[in-house]
Amino acid sequence: MSSADTTDTTTATATDEAREEIVAILTEELGEAVVGTHIHPGDDLWVRVTRDTWREAGIVARERLGFRAFEFLSAIDWLPSPFGKNEDSPTDAPPEPKTEIVTGYAGGDTRFQVFARVHSHSRKLGLTLKVDIPDDDLSIVTWLPVYAGVNWHEREVLEMFGITFVGHPYLLNLYLPGEFEGHPLRKDFPLLARHVKPWPGIVDVEPMPSDDGAAESEDVAE
Amino acid sequence: MTAISDRTKLAYANAQAADGRVNLEFETDDGMTLNMGPQHPATHGTLRIVVKLDGEQVVSCEPIMGYMHRGYEKLTEVRTYPQVTTLVNRIDWLGSFANEVPFILAAEKLMDIEAPPRAQWIRTILFELSRIANITLFVGDMALHIGAATAAFYAFRDREFVLNQIEAATGGRFHPNFNRIGGIKDDLPKGWIADTKASLDKIRNFCDEMETLVEGNEIFQARTRGIGVIPADVALAYGLTGANLRASGVDWDLRRDNPVGLAWDQVDWKVWTHPDGDSFSRFWVRLQEIREATKIVDQLLDALPPGPIMAKVPRIIKVPEGEAWVATENPLGEMGYYVVSKGDLGPFRVKIRTASFNNIAVVPWVARGVYLPDVVTILASLYFILGDIDR
Repeated sequence: MSSADTTDTTTATATDEAREEIVAILTEELGEAVVGTHIHPGDDLWVRVTRDTWREAGIVARERLGFRAFEFLSAIDWLPSPFGKNEDSPTDAPPEPKTEIVTGYAGGDTRFQVFARVHSHSRKLGLTLKVDIPDDDLSIVTWLPVYAGVNWHEREVLEMFGITFVGHPYLLNLYLPGEFEGHPLRKDFPLLARHVKPWPGIVDVEPMPSDDGAAESEDVAE
Repeated sequence: MTAISDRTKLAYANAQAADGRVNLEFETDDGMTLNMGPQHPATHGTLRIVVKLDGEQVVSCEPIMGYMHRGYEKLTEVRTYPQVTTLVNRIDWLGSFANEVPFILAAEKLMDIEAPPRAQWIRTILFELSRIANITLFVGDMALHIGAATAAFYAFRDREFVLNQIEAATGGRFHPNFNRIGGIKDDLPKGWIADTKASLDKIRNFCDEMETLVEGNEIFQARTRGIGVIPADVALAYGLTGANLRASGVDWDLRRDNPVGLAWDQVDWKVWTHPDGDSFSRFWVRLQEIREATKIVDQLLDALPPGPIMAKVPRIIKVPEGEAWVATENPLGEMGYYVVSKGDLGPFRVKIRTASFNNIAVVPWVARGVYLPDVVTILASLYFILGDIDR
């Protein structure tokens, strides 16, 4: 297996260079619009662009970098949930609610971020593109001319987060009824089931299999 | 321009209809609107397709989902990591085991632990068994939609042999919930390997039977050859994955190209593609996939490594801060989880990327201009599970 291990390390560094090349090309095409990048060597790549260049970033990724396969588009609400995570025992005092917004890889300045994942079959790696959505104007240009499959994903983000996609010709709720109020995946939208019947907390923890468990049992397949 | 305004009108009608006020304008100036579903047999659950017709030809069609939306992405935010596997089991209920694996791998990636080899191999074996159980049903189901009911009975009969093996190993026929962060719950039971090999033989027989009964059938070919052609570029732009993508000639399989720690790279098997991109090629590719899955399981069973089935993990699992994306090649196509962790007991946000959601998004494109009966065969050949669309 040692030979396999050596090849693994060489490919790891190779793909890492490949990821840096992608960042370089994106920076070359978009200039200062690339506001944040994050590379996990040999694993994954995140790039954050400004809202004005969201579509250009998609076009560059698809046409110049060869990310022709569209995986998904979604959004994230970085606000810590004001209701907590409902995982504590109801008898304990509730923990101090967090209010500070901490964003993830490639940074961020706003509560909402839209992110999309595209994949290149020729490069054999994927790219997560992120963009900040300011609170006072929850809208962004649609990716429909870039990746046709984005249609339903954007409609889902619209109903779940309330982010509008400018230029999308049929922006209607995908799952929810037409007159549904609120945006369920926002952190300040309560999960009512947990308010009606509070979570009992972690009451039973499954015992871990012991180290010699496999050896002592006779029912185990050879 | 007309295409867009047509679609806008239609989408509006859909939204109205989805609200429960089912009063579509059935007769309009330029054709007829026909409502397939939500309980049409071709929709495997409660997908609903509003088709606008000119004579018997489809002008446009629009799938309506949401009858089965269970809000898993929201629910994961109030669950701990081990509890989430119970939820995601129910996404694609015909290949439940395969749903758990990418989520567990994403959590393991964030925690920087790796399951021991034996656990990875057993995961791969059960993964492929659930693929066989899933696609076997597809083969019978596709034939059923063409009008050949016999194949469906054979499919249900032979799938049972595989389900029995999954049940024997995990305790659950449909929802194993067998993966743990760091490994799997139990080792394989005694005598399981021989029984599984016997059931694989039955599945291989089933494939041969289907090849002569369905694939070689003249009516089947007439109904599927050249129908619902999806070119490779359209397939990629819509995010099609799995057999649907490979049937359009794109040689891409995550099991071979990105094995994410499981044991697919340890055995000898082949990724089949088909250049045509029509309904027939999607059927053909899936039938080959069952054969390849039996090969994979056979080889893995022969060389199952000994050793522990759990890595060392803390009793209370806290996942460090970070973001991870892990996707695997599930029976329906690529399924992935984008997990955002804040260092808590449960995830901060999980985006569940399911195969059927993207696969079905291409229906309005591919069904334009086909005849109404072909909509049924196209839907059947794209193969979706409602739970996999609605999550």
